[in-house]
Amino acid sequence: MAILVHEHTRVLCQGITGGAGSFHCRQMLEYGTRLVAGVTPGKGGQRFEGAVPIFDTVAQAVAETGANASVIFVPPPFAADAICEAVDAGVELVVPITEGIPVNDMLAVWAMVRSRGARMVGPNCPGVITPGARCKLGIMPGHIHRPGRIGVISRSGTLTYEAVGQLTVLGLGQSTCVGLGGDPIVGTRFVDALELFEADSETDAVIMIGEIGGSAEEEAAAWIQAHMTKPVVAFIAGATAPPGRRMGHAGAIISGGKGTAEDKFLTLEAAGVHVVRSPAGMGHRMREVLQAQGLL
Amino acid sequence: MKVHEFQAKQLLAQHGVTVLRGRAAATPAEAIEAARHIQGSLWVVKSQVHAGGRGKGRVVGEVPPDVIAQAARGGEGLPGKGGVRIARSTSEVGDHAKALLNKTLVTRQTGPGGVTVKKVYVEEGCEIARELYVAMLLDRSRYQVVVMASTEGGTEIEEVAARTPEKILKAWVDPVTGLGDWQAREMAFRLGLVGKTVFSFVKLLKGLYAAYMAYDASLVEVNPLVVTTAGECVALDAKMTFDDNALFRHKEVSALRDLSEEDAAELEASRWDLNYVKLDGTIGCMVNGAGLAMATMDIIKLEGGEPANFLDVGGGATRENVKAGFEIITRDPNVRGILVNIFGGIMKCDLIAEGVLAAVRDVGLTVPLVVRLEGTNAERGRELIQQSGLPVITASSMEDAARKIVRETTRVAAAAGTERS
Repeated sequence: MAILVHEHTRVLCQGITGGAGSFHCRQMLEYGTRLVAGVTPGKGGQRFEGAVPIFDTVAQAVAETGANASVIFVPPPFAADAICEAVDAGVELVVPITEGIPVNDMLAVWAMVRSRGARMVGPNCPGVITPGARCKLGIMPGHIHRPGRIGVISRSGTLTYEAVGQLTVLGLGQSTCVGLGGDPIVGTRFVDALELFEADSETDAVIMIGEIGGSAEEEAAAWIQAHMTKPVVAFIAGATAPPGRRMGHAGAIISGGKGTAEDKFLTLEAAGVHVVRSPAGMGHRMREVLQAQGLL
Repeated sequence: MKVHEFQAKQLLAQHGVTVLRGRAAATPAEAIEAARHIQGSLWVVKSQVHAGGRGKGRVVGEVPPDVIAQAARGGEGLPGKGGVRIARSTSEVGDHAKALLNKTLVTRQTGPGGVTVKKVYVEEGCEIARELYVAMLLDRSRYQVVVMASTEGGTEIEEVAARTPEKILKAWVDPVTGLGDWQAREMAFRLGLVGKTVFSFVKLLKGLYAAYMAYDASLVEVNPLVVTTAGECVALDAKMTFDDNALFRHKEVSALRDLSEEDAAELEASRWDLNYVKLDGTIGCMVNGAGLAMATMDIIKLEGGEPANFLDVGGGATRENVKAGFEIITRDPNVRGILVNIFGGIMKCDLIAEGVLAAVRDVGLTVPLVVRLEGTNAERGRELIQQSGLPVITASSMEDAARKIVRETTRVAAAAGTERS
């Protein structure tokens, strides 16, 4: 089954006619994703690439195509509104890729997402991909992935590709890769994704890639210690980052001495996670762990 | 984005927060004029710099170097010599302004280099009965704005959190209803406020929250919030920072940006949509993506080097951006070697290679350069580099790249040392 997205995921894209939306939708189609609808207000009735119907509203798109997941490429000032529209239309999984959404917009959006029982991955994330189902919602390069039994979760984009690249070279395929996003408020956190991987019969082990700022990794460590039976390999980016400076991502900042890489490494280690201090060692460490546990 | 105290107070006052009368001044004459305008018999002259810890700061040239060094580490207060000074006459206001303006102030937050004081804020004095602390910011684990208050006004909140965490009161704001009067009242009573002061506190707290939301702040901190002998709550100091992602809808806030407080290289980088943070090491790096950029700094350190910067060229970088990034890195005099680490997803490695090669041709290359390309069109990118005939070293993995640049940088440094001797 993998997690979040699979063969039966019927994808719609909000912002399909914009620059980023159209480029990535072509890539998603090429990869094999079942992209069933696009939404751009005012362009209803047109077709994307001559095949995918475009609607004015998400509600129409859902009613006509049965779409159950939305990938969002709407620009930052309008992205929060787009998320609300998708959730209200009953879309189960919303994946806003957009970087730069004001965080105060997300306060109210999060309250709505939660009250409707929808699942959100992102914003400011590369998306979700399940290679075995040829299903990709997002901007990651499809060709570096291969089907397999390792789950990947990360707050970063290209560092996730780095981890996936290392796994693929070693012949270790992925069940699902989830880019959680680099913002302070994201819909799916490490704990949520770990819970899904723990319950997934097609995942044997998980690589988690954290970074400085916030306490999502510490929360994950506590959850892993209490509930996780599958091995977890972890790397935290930003051991050399100076305090008080925002390192690219809105959420990557050590504030008031909290959220350092060292604290996160130690907390994860204490929870029995297989920690790697070098970003070059993620794949190798996973192979060692799998061999030691007889999973390879 | 940060603003100065006097700017934060102007914004807060518009939302009903009580502040004292004051005026900013850039010269001693302006400071004296401000004091006359404010009237009264007691004034406070406050350095306007973005760094905190001003009261315990020291002015370079006014005290011996060892006292300056102590101030950078967070020394004790020394009345009359800090970045915030009390005056009992207008001429004393002028003296203080003269002692502070265009001087270098060193505080625990500025580091040993200090910052130049370009403006002072002259404010009326007040009779203080109690000093409290209040702040608002995003609670990243609850996804709600948290209001924090403490009886320990004047002390840094990190210090209170470390020593007496039970003294920090917290209330979380439901985004649907906003901050309730009941929440503010409850906090007031728990702080031990009585009578009309309770309602003055509620008004101030609601004003802070209104301003927080209205301007898309990411932090509002009032330390100290004072209760005057007349029982009124006043924001004696104010700090506001803003969500950069929301500045597009707040022209009035963007207009308050003080470019002189920002690093010139970081400013130039932001014009090219590059995310650059200057560090103290010798190996410059250029990477696509924030996480990979941090990881690249980390691996340089693990291999025995020190990163000179964080530089994320972003997902949609062009040949021109890459070239600009390269120029910013090479302008840093500490840089002894450069590592380019690209995992091309959307970004095509051959375009990156072209940008780097163009920069090398234009700017010249005086230090070793290692390039690691992986992902989309990586093969083509590596070919371009090899065919260029330029002395660019290619690497096959992140580890290989870090190892090579550290080795090359060390070798060049050793060679330079031999030449000198």
